[in-house]
Amino acid sequence: MTKPLKLLSGLIAVFATVIATVISASLGNAERAATGPRGTGDLGIIIERATGSVLVFDSSERRMLYRVEGLGDLSHASAVFSRDERFAYVFGRDGGLTKVDLLAGSIARRVMQAGNSIGGAISDDGTLIAASNYEPGGVRVFDAATLDLVADIPAIWSGGSSKTIGLVDAPGRRFVFSLWDAGETWIADFAGGSKPVVTKLAGIGRNPYDALITGNGRHYIAGLYGEDGLTVIDLWQSPLAPRRILSEYGRGEAKLPVYKMPHLEGWALAGDRFALPAVGRHEVLWVDARTFDEVGRTKVHGQPVFAVARPDGRHVWVNFAHPDNDTIQVIDTHSRAIVAEWKPGPAVLHIEFTPRGHEAWVSVRDGNAVEIYDARTFEKKGRIEAQSPSGIFLAARAHRTGL
Amino acid sequence: MPSPIRWMNAALSAAFAMSMAAGAAAEPVSERRAAELERLVRHDCGSCHGMTLKGGLGPDITARRLAGSEPSALASIILDGVPEKPMPPWRPLLSEAEALWIADYLLKDASP
Ligand code: HEC
Repeated sequence: MTKPLKLLSGLIAVFATVIATVISASLGNAERAATGPRGTGDLGIIIERATGSVLVFDSSERRMLYRVEGLGDLSHASAVFSRDERFAYVFGRDGGLTKVDLLAGSIARRVMQAGNSIGGAISDDGTLIAASNYEPGGVRVFDAATLDLVADIPAIWSGGSSKTIGLVDAPGRRFVFSLWDAGETWIADFAGGSKPVVTKLAGIGRNPYDALITGNGRHYIAGLYGEDGLTVIDLWQSPLAPRRILSEYGRGEAKLPVYKMPHLEGWALAGDRFALPAVGRHEVLWVDARTFDEVGRTKVHGQPVFAVARPDGRHVWVNFAHPDNDTIQVIDTHSRAIVAEWKPGPAVLHIEFTPRGHEAWVSVRDGNAVEIYDARTFEKKGRIEAQSPSGIFLAARAHRTGL
Repeated sequence: MPSPIRWMNAALSAAFAMSMAAGAAAEPVSERRAAELERLVRHDCGSCHGMTLKGGLGPDITARRLAGSEPSALASIILDGVPEKPMPPWRPLLSEAEALWIADYLLKDASP
C-alpha cells in the first residue's frame, strides 16, 4: 500500500468509527425517549372497581401504560390530580386514600383514612387533600405531599353524625361539602393555615345527595333527594344566603324509582344555560345560568346519572341508571333535542371528555372496556380493555376548579 | 258464542291460570340467572350498599348485619323498597322468586 492510500484508509476508519459513535448515540436517545422524560398532560387513570386497581393510560396514543394494584375497594372511587399533573389521589370506598405516581406507574403513598368514603377534593394551591366520609361521617384533610392528617372535621349535628357528600374545592383554600342527614352545607376555610374556620349553613333542604361548584368557583349547587329542587349558594355573597331553585319542578308528579343516584359533577354549562340530571324522572333539566330558573326539560331514555357537557358546551352526553345503563344519548344544547343515541355496551358508568373536547372516553363496566369516541362524529376511535372499569379521570382535571 | 272466540277465551284463561301458578309457586332461579343476580347485588345494589355490601348511602347488608332476619321480610323490602328513603322498589325488575334468591344470598355469608 502506498503512503497516501494508507493515510486514506486510516482516515476512512476514523470516519467510520465517528459515524458509528454518532449512530449509537442517536439510538441511545431514541431508546431513552421511550422511557425517559415525558409530559403527563395527556395521561389519565381508569378505575377498575372490582379488582382494586387503576390503569394509567396515554390518551394521545390511546393505550394503557401501567396497571397499578393494591388500592382496596374501589367501588364508587374518584380521583383528583396534583398541580404538576404527576400524581393522582384516588379515594376508595373503604376509606383508602392512595397517591399514584403516573410516571412511575406505582403507589407513592397510601393511608386508610376512614371506614367508608365517598370522594374528595384538592385545594386550589395543591397542598391539601380533603376526603368526604360516610363512616365516621365528616371530612378529613391531609397534606398533599405526605398524606399526614392536617385536620379532622366531624359532621356532628343535633341528630348525631352525618354522612357527608358533595365535597368540592373552592377558591382561597376552601372546601365546601354537605351533610346528607342534617341538610346543611359547611364551608371549611384553610386560608389561615391548618386550622379551618368552618361556616355552617343550615336548612339547605332534605337529604342533599351530591353537589357541584361552577367552573369559576362562585356557585355551589346541591341536589336534594328528600324534596323537590336544588339549593344554590353564591359564595360571592356576604352574608351567605342559600336559595332554593326549581322547587316547582316535578311537584305533584309521582317519582319513578331511582336505582342509582345521579352525579352532579362539573358544570355542564352550555352557553347561558346548564344541564342537570333530574332525580326520579327520566329527564334532563335546563337551568338559566344567571337566574337559575328552569328553562326547559328534555325527555331521555332513563334515570340520568351523568349529564356531561362537551367542553365547548354544544353537546351534553348522558348515561343512565340500571336497567337502562347500556345507552348513551347526546343532546344538542341549542335545540335541546337528542341528536344521537347508541349502546356502547352493558353498564355504561362514566364519560370523560379530553380537555378540548375532541374525544369522549366511555367506561363500559360489564363489557370490560373503555370505548373511545370522536366527540363530533361519534365514530369509534379506539378501545382499552379494563376489568370492570368505572371512573375515567384525565390529569388535565388538575387545573379545573371543582373536578 | 262462536266457537273460535270460545276457543280463544279458553286458551287465554288457561295461560292466565298458568302465569298465576308460576308467580305463586316461585319458579326456581336458573343457574345463569343466579349469576346475573349475583352481579346485580355486587354492582347495582352495591352502588348504594357498597360492592362488599358493608354500606354506603344505604346501610351494611352483610350476612353478619342481617343475621336473624326472615328471608321473606328481606324479599319484601327488596321488592317494595322503603318509602321516603332511597331504597328503591325492585318489583318492576325482579320476580318474587328472584327477590327471595337475593335474600337467601345476602343471608348466606357471601361477602369476601
Ligand atoms: C339508590 C340506593 C339504593 C340501592 C340501589 C339499593 N338500596 Fe337497599 N337500601 C338503601 C337505603 C338508603 C336503605 C335504608 C332505608 C332505611 O333507612 O330504612 C336500604 C335498605 C335495604 C335493606 C334493609 C336493611 C336493614 O337493615 O333492614 C335491604 C335488605 C336492602 N336495602 C337490600 C338491597 C338490595 C338487595 C338491593 C339491590 C337489589 C338494594 N338494596 C339496592 C338504598 C339502596
